[in-house]
Amino acid sequence: MSTLNINIGDLQLKNPVMTASGTFGYGLEYADFVNLADIGAIIVKGTTLHHREGNDYPRMAETPSGMLNCVGLQNKGVDYFCNNIYPQIKDIDTNVIVNVSGSTPEDYAECAARIDQLDKIPAIELNISCPNVKDGGMAFGVTRKGAAQVVKAVRAKYHKTLIVKLSPNVTDITDIAKAVEDEGADSVSLINTLMGMAIDIERRKPLLSIKTGGLSGPAVKPVAVRMVWQVARAVRIPVIGLGGIMNANDAIEFFMAGASAIQIGTANFIDPTVTVKVRDGINQWLDSHNVSSLTEIIGAVD
Amino acid sequence: MKKYMKNLLVEEVSFPHQRYVLVKLTDQQPLPDILPGQFVQVKVEGATNTFLRRPISVNYVDRNNNQLWLLIQTVGEGTRTLAKLKAGDYLNILFPLGNGFTIPHTTADILLVGGGVGVAPLLYFGERLHNNGNKPVFLLGARTNNDLLQIPMFQQFGEVLVTTEDGSLGEKGFVTNHSVLGKRTFSHIACCGPKPMMMSVARYAMANNIHCEVSLENMMACGIGACLCCVEKTVKGNVCVCKEGPVFDIRQLTWEL
Repeated sequence: MSTLNINIGDLQLKNPVMTASGTFGYGLEYADFVNLADIGAIIVKGTTLHHREGNDYPRMAETPSGMLNCVGLQNKGVDYFCNNIYPQIKDIDTNVIVNVSGSTPEDYAECAARIDQLDKIPAIELNISCPNVKDGGMAFGVTRKGAAQVVKAVRAKYHKTLIVKLSPNVTDITDIAKAVEDEGADSVSLINTLMGMAIDIERRKPLLSIKTGGLSGPAVKPVAVRMVWQVARAVRIPVIGLGGIMNANDAIEFFMAGASAIQIGTANFIDPTVTVKVRDGINQWLDSHNVSSLTEIIGAVD
Repeated sequence: MKKYMKNLLVEEVSFPHQRYVLVKLTDQQPLPDILPGQFVQVKVEGATNTFLRRPISVNYVDRNNNQLWLLIQTVGEGTRTLAKLKAGDYLNILFPLGNGFTIPHTTADILLVGGGVGVAPLLYFGERLHNNGNKPVFLLGARTNNDLLQIPMFQQFGEVLVTTEDGSLGEKGFVTNHSVLGKRTFSHIACCGPKPMMMSVARYAMANNIHCEVSLENMMACGIGACLCCVEKTVKGNVCVCKEGPVFDIRQLTWEL
């Protein structure tokens, strides 16, 4: 058996498989299908300072090898999370990480500060890359200055492991990655969804209520691998790779591109047990290639 | 209710209509409890352009033969691929998902209204009601006589009334035009079908103060309340049809009736 454990900042993962925010609910939705303790970390649904209703239906469209979504950060707000959800998930025997979103740097920081108080949440993932809400997220994630501003505000109030989720909808993702590293992020995760659109040609209308949405699934994987490779060479902090991972071979690709851990998103919808299958598959791949530790293959591609 | 992911064996595939396939699935173990109105998420193998699972309502659970029946309308590439299933194949499904119809007290006068593929879940519900001692009345609508499915099955469990748009069977017109609605009083209505049909049934139920539940078919990705894609606006805000539904009391919805 190879060694699968890996650290991201102070965060210790028993294996490098995490769930991508927004695709795994609060973990509990999957408890009938998979032993949650077998997953390296569960990143729960995006949480904002205040309640958000999200966008109107339809919020989803299936596209070749992927899907578009424009959920729009529907959630009941951080206080509801702390009082109602946290008690239900705090005893899950693995890392539970909260994805945090906001409309202003102060929003983000306040939301992060409240989650800082929760003993059993060892890290947050800052979403500066949601393409589906007008007043938040991606606006910060597409400029050096905006990204730095949010991370700085959060870093001042959040003392545990800080992961920043990056948008691929930029000219040079390494530029943003370096900016958030400079402000004290412990890790970056990438990629969030790619902005996309699909049209119903009979109705001559977009398939999504807000016209555009974020593309995920295997369709985006080569873009994600390329960006992980670029960012891993540009920063010293660990990179978490995601984008279209469906199986262990996909995950190995991300490790070789430079990812220290990976997240599985859309694949959970097709196979709710995929996280554990990927973990087992990584193990088998390492064993069959006589690799004793995952760290040996991280960044194997120059 | 505990949810399962299983590979079920395809025991029989039949084509009751050119646009419908009826797939009967079985398992070595007894099938778990499944409530009328619940659905399954089917994994489609071998379709090049589909990706997500397909939500399909439970048509019937044949406990004697340990069979789960899915009546599938072939509307797109995913469902057309499902129509190519053969006996002996395996189908991967997540089930049972969502909430079922409310089972009313045994003296309730219940009308089950279905249109198109929306008749599917009413068969299993009708059986449950019949077994409980209710005398359900089915009101089934279709374009023509040929588009009515499983009528002899429905007749085992209750009285069957029919409307067709061309008048080739039963009364001519839509379900909401059927004369039974003027002649008999019902305490409960359960409805599944195209949204305009469900809305006009809901309007009738509201106007006559009848408890009414509808089964929604919003497009979904996960089917288990994780992705928040299939939301419906309700008096409690946006809720997932897959988890809080697919069956809703019309008073919970914000439809303009």
